[in-house]
Amino acid sequence: MSTINTWDDLNKAAKRGLARLLPAKVKIVVGMATSGIASGAQAVYDALAKEIANRGLDIVLSKAGSMGMDCIEPIVDVIAPGKPRLSFSKMTAKMVPILIDRVVNGDLNGIQPAYRMDEMELLLQGEKKAYFSGSVPVDCSGIPQINELPFYRKQVKIALRNCGMIDPENMDEYIARGGYTALHKALTTMSPEDVILEVKTSGLRGRGGGGFPTGTKWESCRRAEGEIKYVICNGDEGDPGAYMDRSLMEGDPHSVLEGMIIGAYAIGAHEGYIYVRNEYPLAVANLQHAIGQAREAGLLGKNILGTGFEFDIKIAKGAGAFVCGESTALMASLEGKAGEPRAKYIHTVEQGLWNRPSNLNNVETWANVPVIIARGGQWFSGIGVKHSTGTKVFSLVGKINNIGLVEVPMGIPLKDIIYEIGGGIPGGRKFKAVQTGGPSGGCIPDTMIDLPVDFDSLWEAGSMMGSGGMIVMDDKTCMVDIARYFIEFLVSESCGKCVPCREGIYRMNEILQDICAGKGRRGDLELLGRMAEAIKDGSLCALGGSAPNPVLSTIRYFRSEYDAHIRSKKCPAGVCKALIQYNIDKEKCTGCMACAKKCPVEAISGERKKAHEIDQAKCIKCGVCMETCKFDAITLS
Amino acid sequence: MNKEVDRGKIREIISKYDGEKSAAVAVLQDLQEEFRYLPKEALTIVSDELQVPLSRIYEIATFYNVFSLKPRGKYLIEVCAGTACHVQGGFNLMNRLERNLNISCGETTEDAMFTLEEVRCLGCCSLAPVVRIDGNIHPYLTQDEIPGILKNYRKAGVKK
Repeated sequence: MSTINTWDDLNKAAKRGLARLLPAKVKIVVGMATSGIASGAQAVYDALAKEIANRGLDIVLSKAGSMGMDCIEPIVDVIAPGKPRLSFSKMTAKMVPILIDRVVNGDLNGIQPAYRMDEMELLLQGEKKAYFSGSVPVDCSGIPQINELPFYRKQVKIALRNCGMIDPENMDEYIARGGYTALHKALTTMSPEDVILEVKTSGLRGRGGGGFPTGTKWESCRRAEGEIKYVICNGDEGDPGAYMDRSLMEGDPHSVLEGMIIGAYAIGAHEGYIYVRNEYPLAVANLQHAIGQAREAGLLGKNILGTGFEFDIKIAKGAGAFVCGESTALMASLEGKAGEPRAKYIHTVEQGLWNRPSNLNNVETWANVPVIIARGGQWFSGIGVKHSTGTKVFSLVGKINNIGLVEVPMGIPLKDIIYEIGGGIPGGRKFKAVQTGGPSGGCIPDTMIDLPVDFDSLWEAGSMMGSGGMIVMDDKTCMVDIARYFIEFLVSESCGKCVPCREGIYRMNEILQDICAGKGRRGDLELLGRMAEAIKDGSLCALGGSAPNPVLSTIRYFRSEYDAHIRSKKCPAGVCKALIQYNIDKEKCTGCMACAKKCPVEAISGERKKAHEIDQAKCIKCGVCMETCKFDAITLS
Repeated sequence: MNKEVDRGKIREIISKYDGEKSAAVAVLQDLQEEFRYLPKEALTIVSDELQVPLSRIYEIATFYNVFSLKPRGKYLIEVCAGTACHVQGGFNLMNRLERNLNISCGETTEDAMFTLEEVRCLGCCSLAPVVRIDGNIHPYLTQDEIPGILKNYRKAGVKK
């Protein structure tokens, strides 16, 4: 790769990239993020490579990250000259020859695409490029366009702009979509103060949890005294149920790097770190690859874009500690110590890593930066609502039909996310609650379905934005069990430094375990409330400070469910094992013996064609019989 | 099986970091990757070479979930305990695995084939519930599939 020093050099790279994005011959792209690979994308990729070679075809085979709709992966896109880009969902290796028949011989009967894309949006340039000229080919007009699908209709992609659209290992493709133009603009036409002002104007708030204004943070770090300063990217995405940062680092690593280089220029830093979760090997690999490319092209190193600005980035792997998502704990970990937080009387922007001024932002925040610089803070602030500008990526998971990553303007009603984008609850069951904010957040009940989703509204509802996990729950999810689940999580993740957190959550866990086991006592909820206050007040960091939230919010909105557990010793959702019993409805049982065969403890007995019975003494309540029965004969009481 | 503890290898890994104290976590990660656990000798050597007290090294080794002080089996089974997996009944998978392998979470089978652990979220929430075995994600896993999957790994493991 040649060095990129000037605007001309960038244009040349963009030209090369565009020739790959809008190729002159057929190109097939396989979505190969972790979720794609886990769904079988590697086998599909290998089968495509083999088929193309066997038939001696002149077809380019490429990879991309995830488009977000993970529930229909593996996804294969076909880009053929003169045609819209076509996306085929739930691909298997067996379907590959049929797909190739369609592409090569025009056999339209075998396999149908899920959607088509007529044009490609180039967000940073503010323009669109068509995949074909003229009107839509007749054989494609019946295929829905991607933005006609309910899942995509209300989405606005800023942070995820390139995910699924580019090969994460190809920097030219990134540049073709406007990549590194914002860096060029910042380094050649703006002062560091200009950059900070632009970010302040945008209203961007940290996407990692707290929602602190990014521009203000940068300004404090710039003003802090010290020769050596650091910028750090928090890629320790610890909230269970959130995976947007993984998708970004895997699918568009250069956007994170570009954001960090711009930030470093604004702050006056020459060294940067990306702290990535150990559980994300592909993210580490893709980031490492991107850093190598950027160094080779002179976009990282001593003389960035020939301007004399110096900055480089190192990757540090996390070692599996949730608390390291907290800024001071993360910095302790970077220093090679156990990741214990410290009091923040002095902010990390003044004394952070090795006691030097350090600016930490999370992955999604960094990925927004190039867009803000390219399009302007004013443009960005026009998206979303007043105090929560721009978009937010959510991982919409749990009991929801369309599972995946969605990026929506701030302030969108919760209802739109659940019912329109998410397509409602599977099996026509009842929506009960949505959990946001990870272990620091809370549960929002169905009665608040009209709630606008932004930083402040979520906070007022007793939850928080967090990093954007959105776990949907239906009437078969027990809210007491969910509270117990989060508290148990925090018990094992508390670093143990502050006694109220270490011992307090431990005790809360014991009480919740008792309630779930049918040993709850009157007064337990009041006791939990009092302990929650003490833990909040007596903990140094946000882990302890917000630990009681899942308990408090579930008590606030689902008190009757707690009462059912404590007073009636019943679990209405049928989850808490000590409070439920599986039975066989003798009327409905056909004696097919399927459940008896599947039961891991041989608790089910009965002859063929005669009603079966469950031996309650043997039953471990694993629920396999209920999953197996085709006649709804297994009941829960 | 876990490799024999090779002192030369330990020193070689440490030397990559030029004796930087701040590299303690990274050194232990590399050692963990090499040996699949942290042998006692390795901790002592790291302490000597980086001139960090052994108590500090032990603190790091026990603070982070990724480190193990006991040898792990040939295949590491990680049951995802993320929220999405929990809501989709992932806890039943752990129960079934414990029952089938006849070990508790955190233990290794007698034949050193499997180590069973819980992991805090693999970021594969769209495929919940998931279990990762030897680095491979098994999506939408049901209890029923577990005996067959274990059998396949065991077969492959004996051959190796």
